[in-house]
Amino acid sequence: MWKWFSQYAKPEKAYQLCGTLFRWFWLPSLLLILVGTVWGLVFAPQDYQQGDSFRIIYIHVPSALLSMSAYVAMAVAALVGLVWQWRTAYMAMIAIAPVGAVMTFIALFTGAAWGKPMWGTWWIWDARLTSQLILLFLYLGVIALYSAFDDKQQGGKAAGIMALVGVVNIPIIHYSVEWWNTLHQGATITKFDKPSIAPEMLWPLLINLLGFALFVAAVSIKRMRNEIVRREIHRPWIKSLFLENEK
Amino acid sequence: MQFDSLSAFLEMGGYGFFVWLAFGVTLGAMILLVVQSSLDTKHLEKEIKDTHARKARMRAAAKEGL
Amino acid sequence: MSSSFSIINGVMRRDLILAFRQKAELAQPLMFVLMVVTLFPLGVGPSPELLQRIGPGIIWIAAILSGLMGMERMFRDDYHDGSTEQMLVSGMPMVLVSAAKIFCHWLVSFVPLIILTPLLAVFLNLTWDMTVALMITLLIGTPVLSMLGAIGVALTVGLRKGGLILSLLLIPVFIPLLIFATSAIESASMRLPYLPQLAIMGAILLLTAALAPVAVSYALKVSQH
Repeated sequence: MWKWFSQYAKPEKAYQLCGTLFRWFWLPSLLLILVGTVWGLVFAPQDYQQGDSFRIIYIHVPSALLSMSAYVAMAVAALVGLVWQWRTAYMAMIAIAPVGAVMTFIALFTGAAWGKPMWGTWWIWDARLTSQLILLFLYLGVIALYSAFDDKQQGGKAAGIMALVGVVNIPIIHYSVEWWNTLHQGATITKFDKPSIAPEMLWPLLINLLGFALFVAAVSIKRMRNEIVRREIHRPWIKSLFLENEK
Repeated sequence: MQFDSLSAFLEMGGYGFFVWLAFGVTLGAMILLVVQSSLDTKHLEKEIKDTHARKARMRAAAKEGL
Repeated sequence: MSSSFSIINGVMRRDLILAFRQKAELAQPLMFVLMVVTLFPLGVGPSPELLQRIGPGIIWIAAILSGLMGMERMFRDDYHDGSTEQMLVSGMPMVLVSAAKIFCHWLVSFVPLIILTPLLAVFLNLTWDMTVALMITLLIGTPVLSMLGAIGVALTVGLRKGGLILSLLLIPVFIPLLIFATSAIESASMRLPYLPQLAIMGAILLLTAALAPVAVSYALKVSQH
């Protein structure tokens, strides 16, 4: 198991694996998102309280969930990189970061577009919104730190430390913000009471969840391939790979 | 099918603007991400080929020079 | 044991001497805090009740910002004149060196601020209870600022354009401290017990104290390449 796992420390192996995985993830993700979204938009029944605005849930919940999972994935990659000194792990880390940041942005934006008709305001300093915003800052910090380094190996290590500092902080931030919120705001906005969600509403959500997960994985993998090529650009195996494709 | 007509579908029970705004921005952000990633791939491929071609030209020029 | 003591002692003595030779740099963050605190009544109006309500937050935010300004000093000069490299090469335990340097930074940049706090509290019309709570939260919280800041500085010290990135990296991780500190002071203003908030801040302090020196010494090694 370990031997099998550790072979992907080599960029060449990792590149091949990425190619295979991308083919498995990419089209299914698009298909699932298409099915889930159309189902959610057209066929799922209306919410008795929120009418049709609740359909935003079909992109809001998946993106919010994935924004956090992607951060954890990024931190795990950083840990692997720091502990076993894999260069490919840093490449994975920096490939995931922008994808996670986009997911966080989507979660924030769709939340705002949902909040406006429901709560009457685009933005409130609600605990979840605030922690999500801070999550976006953490992502941007990692990306900015990595891109500030000319030596990308060094940048990967530095950004990795920052990602780990962030992941230790996420629970602290989350609870502090939640606590702060209950202290300062009182119970102004109670989460709308959720009746157990009807199955015909739930299915499209689950499909979209899986679709988004595969999408995040696929795009991260694509970006990781780019990263491997960028870092190994002068190696012979890259050259032979790309110039053979030409013939 | 929850909607009687296309216009009812677009209206989303009065929430049309917000629903379509959310879905539109999501779609836009995802497309941008994918496009940026594939442009990056293309750019890298081009760079590799250009470097190769330049080296070939340099070799050829060196040969002629001799 | 005695050798690690002598390392801490030596590093601290050296850093303190260096800091006190640059008195201007020492005083700037303090002046900055004073300026920020002066700006707020001008910006939001001089109403004493309003100032009392937002005062603790202002002082804490000013402390964070001034801390960010002086943070770079912690490793920048040592990095550029090669002292960090010498320490790494000499095989000194960098965890101890980092801990000593962090403590020194806290002594030099935050302790004067804590001493200045009663004056700022008067400016912002804080009650005596609030002032005491503010000083206690600063006493527990600012070492955490120094330690987390040290990680950020150690990561960015080799960069030419490190300054702005530093705030982007550090401000998000400072947020819990700000929340608990201001909430403790708010409880104090209502004469409620604020020990729970202090306990959480103390827990954060201990956790950071355990992890930060290790992270800093590793980050310094990374930056040195």
